[in-house]
Amino acid sequence: MDSTQTFQVFNRGPSPAARLVFFAVLSVLLMFVDARFRYLESTRSALSVLVSPIQRLATLPLTLMQQAGDFFVTQGSLLEEKKALQRQHGLDAVQLVQQHSLLQENLQLRNLLALQQRNQFTGQFAEIVYAERDVFRRKVLINKGSTANIQAGQVVMDDKGIVGQVTRVFPWLSEVTLITEKDHAVPVQVLRNGLRSVAFGAGDTSQLALRYMAVSTDIQNGDILVTSGIDGIYPPGIPVAKVEKIERDAAYPFARIACLPVGGVDKYRQLLVLSAVPKLPERPEAEPLPGKLKSKKSGVH
Amino acid sequence: MPFLDHTQPEILRPVSTMFIVTSIVGALLLNSLPWEGLWLTMRPDFVAVVLLYWCTHKPLRVGVGMSWAIGILADVGDASLFGQHALSYTLLAFGGVVLNRRIRMFDLREQTTQVFVILLSTYAVYALVHWQVNGQVVWLYFLGCLTSTLLWVPMSALFQSMRQMRVDRE
Repeated sequence: MDSTQTFQVFNRGPSPAARLVFFAVLSVLLMFVDARFRYLESTRSALSVLVSPIQRLATLPLTLMQQAGDFFVTQGSLLEEKKALQRQHGLDAVQLVQQHSLLQENLQLRNLLALQQRNQFTGQFAEIVYAERDVFRRKVLINKGSTANIQAGQVVMDDKGIVGQVTRVFPWLSEVTLITEKDHAVPVQVLRNGLRSVAFGAGDTSQLALRYMAVSTDIQNGDILVTSGIDGIYPPGIPVAKVEKIERDAAYPFARIACLPVGGVDKYRQLLVLSAVPKLPERPEAEPLPGKLKSKKSGVH
Repeated sequence: MPFLDHTQPEILRPVSTMFIVTSIVGALLLNSLPWEGLWLTMRPDFVAVVLLYWCTHKPLRVGVGMSWAIGILADVGDASLFGQHALSYTLLAFGGVVLNRRIRMFDLREQTTQVFVILLSTYAVYALVHWQVNGQVVWLYFLGCLTSTLLWVPMSALFQSMRQMRVDRE
């Protein structure tokens, strides 16, 4: 047993209670600043250099197991997969040729119309390192960070559709908020009839919801929602979700529309981070209408 | 079991700083294993239990400030709100430091009830922060509090025997 002294013979600095108050106030302040202003991102990324080796080490056994699993694939399954892929390749090649010609045609038409060219987007592959520790939030961390030129705001997708958006960037990691995170919004369009809307994440389930759609809206089960590109962040025409369930209740002004994401939001490990945040032309300045009107009115009176 | 009722105080070797640091890093490692779903809610907070052990057994080496710093590291690791773990570990360390003599008076089984209350306060911080940020109280957080408390006995016994072993060797 040690430290059994009863008398405070040695000076040990402030008492535990004083320390408690100091550090508790400091923590509460930090939480407040982090939640409201997000000033602490640089501190966080500096400290993540200390923590990320531990996290890498913790996920190492799983990664190694997956790699070992990949190594011991039987030849039969490989052959089968090869055949299937060849078949698929044949089918795809035809479509690709068609798409090329369509692309050319589209390009010419756009040139004719002197429309602004849509940006071709490229992407880089990233892998999910681990998912958010908090069960009630939908975020994952991927293995590319600011050293690989990832920026906050970039869009993350897989081969099927939109998965989420980069929200925080650390040197070797970045945090991706999934589209199913509570209140995360994606501007979408119904592929069938071009109807515009915004899909919100539900948070507690892996679903999305279309809010503020009138009961009489032309929307059906199985409709595909694609990004509309109006916000200037999500490139247009990428699948987001499929309408799963519609509740039209005349007692409410809005219909309840639940959708399931098309992309593997909580399935795969490999993701594609689209290259850059596109730049829209600047918004025109808001006209100072109300002020002028008032002054005119006051002038008249 | 012999280690459960050690009524006579044992003579233990002084703890090396290396032992403390390794145990805390190990706890951080266990916390960041890829837990998912129900396992994640059931996961005991290894860091909290290890910190509480050192705060009760070596209150002069590991105290409130140190726990706060490790809480900040845990926040960075979890990508949670900055200061959330720091606040809860500060509370935990305060409880451990203030009650250290009282807790060590009991044997390991009786310590569990005392430890439960301290851990409950730290988990209450998580729930409180979640409530403040997201507007709903999540009672599932307290499941982790139970498993953390259950971890106290095996972990204290392990650390105690590790400190004892060093005496036997020499």
